[in-house]
Amino acid sequence: MPTGVPIEFAGVTKRFGQVAAVTDLSFTVEPGRVTGFLGPNGAGKTTTLRILLGLVRPTSGTATIGGVPYAQLPSPLTTVGAALEAASFHPGRSARNHLLVYAHAARIDASRVAAVLKKVGLTDYADRRVGGYSLGMRQRLGLAFTLLGDPGVLVLDEPINGLDPEGIKWIRGFLRELADEGRTVLVSSHLLSEVQQSVDEVVIIAKGELVHRGTLSSLDTSAVTVLVDAPDRASLASALVAARLAFTNVSDGYLVSGAESSEVGHVAFVAGVELSTLQRQRSGLEESFLALVGAGDSL
Amino acid sequence: MSSFIAGVHAEFTKLLTTRMWWLLAIILFVYIALIAGGLGALFGGVGSDALGGGRPGAPALGALAPLIYSFATSVGYVFPVLLGALSTTGEFRHQTLTPTFLANPRRGQVLGAKSLSTVLVGAFYGVVALAASVGVGAIVLSAFGHDAMLGEGSTWALIARAVLAMALWALIGVGLGTLVPNQVATIVIVLAFTQFVEPLLRLATSFSEPTAAVGKFLPGSASDALVGASFFTISTPGAGVLEWWQGGLVLLAYAAAFTVGGYFVSWRRDVT
Repeated sequence: MPTGVPIEFAGVTKRFGQVAAVTDLSFTVEPGRVTGFLGPNGAGKTTTLRILLGLVRPTSGTATIGGVPYAQLPSPLTTVGAALEAASFHPGRSARNHLLVYAHAARIDASRVAAVLKKVGLTDYADRRVGGYSLGMRQRLGLAFTLLGDPGVLVLDEPINGLDPEGIKWIRGFLRELADEGRTVLVSSHLLSEVQQSVDEVVIIAKGELVHRGTLSSLDTSAVTVLVDAPDRASLASALVAARLAFTNVSDGYLVSGAESSEVGHVAFVAGVELSTLQRQRSGLEESFLALVGAGDSL
Repeated sequence: MSSFIAGVHAEFTKLLTTRMWWLLAIILFVYIALIAGGLGALFGGVGSDALGGGRPGAPALGALAPLIYSFATSVGYVFPVLLGALSTTGEFRHQTLTPTFLANPRRGQVLGAKSLSTVLVGAFYGVVALAASVGVGAIVLSAFGHDAMLGEGSTWALIARAVLAMALWALIGVGLGTLVPNQVATIVIVLAFTQFVEPLLRLATSFSEPTAAVGKFLPGSASDALVGASFFTISTPGAGVLEWWQGGLVLLAYAAAFTVGGYFVSWRRDVT
């Protein structure tokens, strides 16, 4: 079983002419976990990943895999598997032949082609020309390419884009499985909600700069809110006011902030108000994410 | 070294797993067969009359067979150029440079592997084109009572040089495709230059000695010099002609200049 090695960015800056795409980015991605690389479209995620993969030369700084820059890896495809956002296929070539080309180039046994096609569920379509593939099938072919060398490090740029609900469920399990095997998994997305069920760690960038780095729960900085409702809303409102709890009117009750559900329930019980709803809300992640990246810039 | 061989294997697989190579080969065969057959019949017929009437003019054509056989290159050279150019511009167009450079980040090595595999397919195109020009040409010439010259060593030397010329043209195509990575632009340049600009230049430079000395270094002139016969060389007697090996070196120099230039212009750049 291949073991993952850390990915490390140290002071990576990339300027395209006058435009700074990425500025002084430093972070480490550890093996055995799924790390979400998040930011709105245009934040510099793809550029950062392309720098890591030796496709784009940074203006300054270094990006390494297990301490080695991509271009100096003795056997790149068996070390790192990468699927980038752009559909990089010749439309007239079949999926099987597409994979065969790169298996030959990287001196990977041709039997891996059938194995990875099976793994991503493309076996039945392997001999069709890629030009006729749906977006979801192209995503799967991109994943098959990443697995070709059975690498310890996986870098996936927006792998969930274009997948149907079944495909999304499949890829979540797939990412988890890869990380549980000890591999390093870096997954980019512009939507936190898309990956929050599968990532352990998050790295968030906005306008080419690092804005947050930590576990997924570290992102949950907003106060807890409790949704509460009663058949007799007026009595509930006066009970909340009497207990000095801050709340706002929403369509299906009152949204109480700064208190746990047990406290709100107690207040209602003491006041003799019958409750129809008492629900702790966990909507803070997306809001903190948007606050970090600047909601106005999110496309 | 072994990663270079792996690269050649991969580039071969690329060339042979889309329909382009055999579509171009079929069109090349049919095109050259029609021209060699048609013009073989025309000149063969004219030549017969001339010989029969004892009129001067026929000797100026010299032996008909090499002329007819050389249509494989003098007309067919655009095919290996297109093959080479499409093989590099296709990488840019379909963004397959990304997986290519992921599989082997040593980009110079990838370009070398691509050049070598394309040269070999270019040589195959030479075989296809000569099969058409010699196969059909010899039949037509024999039918008009001309010597097909298939027993002569000089004919087979010409055939070998023509295969080499086609291989070198494929190499030029690879270089051109890296120099002008825009596929549409490259195709337009190839067609405009080979079908229009260069024939005019060759004609124009043939009118005076100093320009002829320059004109013989045009790639088409160099190619005809390498092959050793061409309809164009005969129809513009004022044009200078290089030695065959010089012609080969000039073609190789064009290919090297384009490829090295293209490496810096596009190949080593950021892949975004």
